Amino acid sequence: MPRDLFEHELEQLQDEMLTMARAIEDALTASVAILARRDMDGARALIARDRAINQQRFDIEAQCLVVVATQQPMASDLRIIAAILFNVNELERIGDYAKGIAKINLRIPPGPLLEPLEHLPRMAEKTREMLHRALDAFVRRDVTLARAIPREDDQVDALFEQVNQALLRLIIADSSVTEQANLLMWAAHNLERAADRVTNLCERTIFTVTGEFVELDTKEPAQPE
Amino acid sequence: MAKISVQQLNFFYGSKQVLADISLEIEDRKIMALIGPSGCGKSTFLRCLNRMNDTIAGARVEGKILLDGENILAPTLDVTRLRARVGMVFQRPNPFPQSVFDNVAFGPRILNTHKPKELPALVEASLRQVGLWNEVRDQLKQDALHLSLGQQQRLCIARALAVQPEALLMDEPCSALDPQATLEIEELMRTLREKYCIVIVTHNMQQAARVSDRTGFFWLGKMVEEDATAALFTRPRHTLTENYITGRAG
Repeated sequence: MPRDLFEHELEQLQDEMLTMARAIEDALTASVAILARRDMDGARALIARDRAINQQRFDIEAQCLVVVATQQPMASDLRIIAAILFNVNELERIGDYAKGIAKINLRIPPGPLLEPLEHLPRMAEKTREMLHRALDAFVRRDVTLARAIPREDDQVDALFEQVNQALLRLIIADSSVTEQANLLMWAAHNLERAADRVTNLCERTIFTVTGEFVELDTKEPAQPE
Repeated sequence: MAKISVQQLNFFYGSKQVLADISLEIEDRKIMALIGPSGCGKSTFLRCLNRMNDTIAGARVEGKILLDGENILAPTLDVTRLRARVGMVFQRPNPFPQSVFDNVAFGPRILNTHKPKELPALVEASLRQVGLWNEVRDQLKQDALHLSLGQQQRLCIARALAVQPEALLMDEPCSALDPQATLEIEELMRTLREKYCIVIVTHNMQQAARVSDRTGFFWLGKMVEEDATAALFTRPRHTLTENYITGRAG
């Protein structure tokens, strides 16, 4: 094989992106679990772990640039590296959404939450699972799977809507809960945005395989994080 | 209409076919790059475009090559005039063992296109076109071999321009040059593109990607794929092209 070293470098880049993604998957579900049990130390630890994730993203970017400079990739090789550069940015943002939920936990005064958070853990788990399969689709260069995953975003959106409605009912019943309810809405919003970014990862898988830029979901973001 | 239209070109060295059914449209004021492994036929193809292969014993060509609609493969064609219209630059700079001035004036003198008193202005204009005038204006009477390799190559391009060609063929014009001289030639190509149709054969795929508008990939005497350069190097249509440009074949 004339390009053994290059193949190895590409695999290594992909593996490091996956390692970063696994940490973010964990952070997504952990952020909601920490919120549910009002674990302040856990929230602070999650925020600290996000700094390590950010550093991973810069390290992978730097390695991508070295591979581009030394191997001068073309065609599908170039698209793989371009996709990894894009994906680590998206992953880092998803990590920030998890960190945002940890911060929300710190902002809500100690004590039980307004209601049992049945929908938030389901949103987090669904988003985590979509993220996991999106990266599987990338590794396997599976365009069919990459096209299928964003269609599941509707399920996350439906859960988001249920959380919002439940919290709105609480605000209407008792305006003194507005601040906490608002913060919980933002926690749900973070998960909804994280799932949207999974769609972006899927679009890059299609680009990597076909060279075509496609937009799988034209839904605009509701509000900035 | 394309400046150069190649139609079903076949080329043989004796019984060996080295080009098979090549059809290609080359536009004016654009740069066409030809890439492919050694022995794929790209240089033979380039040399067909101004009939440089005519002198090779046993060489035979079939098909048509139209330059502005005129078939340059016609036996009655004036080949000397053709080579003035379609100039060529080679791998290694090949200045004649003459002065800088005489090198540039060589073609116009042979073809008798200019009066002697017109030659200084023509030489200056040609050297200016290749960005060499300021570097050699005080060395016009010196032997051209005293110039650096990069300067020699630009001198050879000036020599080709002095006969006021319409197209320039470049056969690995930077393969003997250092990186700085290479970038100077590439910059020059971008300038010349405003006036000429340029066809370049190169082994350096990054160079093809940097300078050309379109790229053709040759493999075993056939043109596998021809496309806009940006498309060919980021999403080639053929697996052979993909394998070659990613370094996995050839």
